[in-house]
Amino acid sequence: MNLSRRNFLKGTVAGGALLTAGTAAEARPNKTMPPEALGLLFDSTLCIGCKACVAACKRVNNLPPDPISEEFPMWDAPLDISGSTFNIIKVYNSGKANRKDEEVDGYAFMKQSCLHCVDPSCVSACPVSAMIKDPVNGIVAYDPDACIGCRYCVAACPFGVPRFQYDKALPKIAKCELCRHRIPDGHYAACAEVCPTGATLYGKVTDLGVEAHRRLALKPGEKTSFPRGRLGGPDWSYQGVAGKYVQQVYGEKELGGTQMIKLAAVPFDKLGHRPLPERSYASISEGVQHTLYKYLALPAVVLGVLSVVAKRNTKHEDDDDDSSGRGRK
Amino acid sequence: MANAQHAVAPLGGRLVTPVTVVLAGLTAIAGVILLIRFFFGLGAVTNISDGFPWGIWIAYDVMVGSALACGGYAMALLVYIFNRGEYHPLVRPALLASLFGYTLAGASVIFDLGRYWNVWHLFWPGYAQINSVMFEVGVCITAYIFVMWIEFSPVFLEKLGLKDVKRKLNKVLFFFIALGVLLPSMHQSSLGSLLVVFGYQVHPLWQTVLLPLLFLLTAILLGFAVVIFEASIVSVGFKRPGETPILASLSRIMYWLLAVYLVVRVGDLAWRGALGAMFVPGFEAAGFWVEMLAFAAPLWLLASAESRQRRDRLFVSAVLLMLGGFMLRINGFLIGYETGPGWHYFPAVPELMVTIGLIAFEILAYIVFVRMLPVLPKHATH
Ligand code: SF4
Ligand code: SF4
Ligand code: SF4
Repeated sequence: MNLSRRNFLKGTVAGGALLTAGTAAEARPNKTMPPEALGLLFDSTLCIGCKACVAACKRVNNLPPDPISEEFPMWDAPLDISGSTFNIIKVYNSGKANRKDEEVDGYAFMKQSCLHCVDPSCVSACPVSAMIKDPVNGIVAYDPDACIGCRYCVAACPFGVPRFQYDKALPKIAKCELCRHRIPDGHYAACAEVCPTGATLYGKVTDLGVEAHRRLALKPGEKTSFPRGRLGGPDWSYQGVAGKYVQQVYGEKELGGTQMIKLAAVPFDKLGHRPLPERSYASISEGVQHTLYKYLALPAVVLGVLSVVAKRNTKHEDDDDDSSGRGRK
Repeated sequence: MANAQHAVAPLGGRLVTPVTVVLAGLTAIAGVILLIRFFFGLGAVTNISDGFPWGIWIAYDVMVGSALACGGYAMALLVYIFNRGEYHPLVRPALLASLFGYTLAGASVIFDLGRYWNVWHLFWPGYAQINSVMFEVGVCITAYIFVMWIEFSPVFLEKLGLKDVKRKLNKVLFFFIALGVLLPSMHQSSLGSLLVVFGYQVHPLWQTVLLPLLFLLTAILLGFAVVIFEASIVSVGFKRPGETPILASLSRIMYWLLAVYLVVRVGDLAWRGALGAMFVPGFEAAGFWVEMLAFAAPLWLLASAESRQRRDRLFVSAVLLMLGGFMLRINGFLIGYETGPGWHYFPAVPELMVTIGLIAFEILAYIVFVRMLPVLPKHATH
């Protein structure tokens, strides 16, 4: 074994070791909540399944109706979020399904739309900065003018949120952007604005968290009033009773937190919300990536070593007209 | 004789044969389907959905296709870096196959990109997002395709008789050779890293931070396997004597690399406590067993020096390794990928026809190239 080869092997081994050390060396921690983070609180016990939010979302985002099927084109009733639906209310059913917010023989509603993750997979995945998290309010926005349509964000999102328009020649990604286009004119999330019971509530995430914990602390059945529309707004008119909450604010810790948090009286995994670790997938992925490519230092070193070795091993043929003898003599 | 063995020459011969006509036909069909795709959207010809936003055009054409195109990389690594000059006759044909494999994998990405007209954003500072694994893959593969064309250009220059240019290029070629070894090491491992951000959506049999290492090792293994596979096919297809002795010694290196891979693969599963998952009946376990058996069998087939001399064993081992590498990628990206209940994916017929057309085009172009350009070693007996 000649010297250069030994060096190369050392380089390879070092590279391999770095790789194997995995995320430990360079792992970045989860990102943290932006200071003025905006979001939604969805309270499943207050949701009556009226789907006003679904209609309002379509209206303010100029989205076409989703007829149930070609066979029944007369009902606009999207079955899931899609290339033309950013927001949907789903229902959990069990047994006779005649008691609201009961796990057994009950039913419960759940809103599905972008959770505006604190450390979003979609942002980490997108190769061309078409998914951007606002550094101040934390809204995860989509920029079709940047997007190349690779659908890595669709595949990566742990909540199955971004959708793609498979039926269009010039498609876009479709996803809730927390109505950021309505903020300049003083409006806010349309789904919260129209919600009659305050089940979908808009506000600063810190305030929403306080409100969520106030509800968790209430005695089930206790009379109380709930805010409607936006937290910090004038409307506290909705009188109701506290639900039998599961003692969990979904989105507080999951994958480093989300800006849409949820309360429910039925366990969240029944409502399509699996238990998730606190470590964000984006941080693990970027940890691996940075371990391998930090400042491109490792690749540069390897390239240097490879060049030296390759030069030595091809030297004898520099002036050789017929490259066929390469490496032989 | 020794010299004649290592000179290269065009094969010559007829270009229009029943085989090439069929290949051209399949290519044309794929072309028509792609036209439909560009006018009516991806949904018109594929079965991809929001649950499976990536179908075989990504999982096979890109992930598997580029790994199968690692012959040039594996040979360059061996010859120019580990200074094993005896494998030199294998470099050029391997590089040619890689050139096609990668160029087509790169080009086929365009079919799959929803907003393909923006693809240049990958290379534009204001857009590029360097934390994205996809960014690394896209940029690195593109760079490698350019590097390979430069590495291969002596062949064209020879054909054109531009000796002067060729001599100058030879002086700096070492740098491109080095790049040609570095870049695939980077993006082949990154193809594995693509899966890391998917988190729980990838089955525990495949979700690990060692994915980059696993994908890199199997890419090199596949590179070796493809070289053996192609050398066997070429010697039968073009009725030329085989190169068994050199392939036998190549397979020895392959054998040890394979042993390393299996130790890492199984060790990782054990370390993460995921071994039990392979006994839970289902598609995942089935896919896993096919993958692992395809990798394990060659370890047995090529165990002794005698068995490595046998053409049939070499060929079968090569095919098995290709299957293993194929399964690792299909398992990671499709079979072991699950976003939630209710989503299913199996490629649509037109979707399959595009992939078949792409492979047909690749073979067709390879035939045309070796018949017209000095790629294959000149054999005294032909
Ligand atoms: S829920 Fe999905 S789309 Fe929304 S911010 Fe999180 S990762 Fe992105
Ligand atoms: S589809 Fe668009 S937004 Fe999503 S990851 Fe790809 S480029 Fe980014
Ligand atoms: S915030 Fe706006 S875009 Fe998002 S779900 Fe509500 S209405 Fe739709």
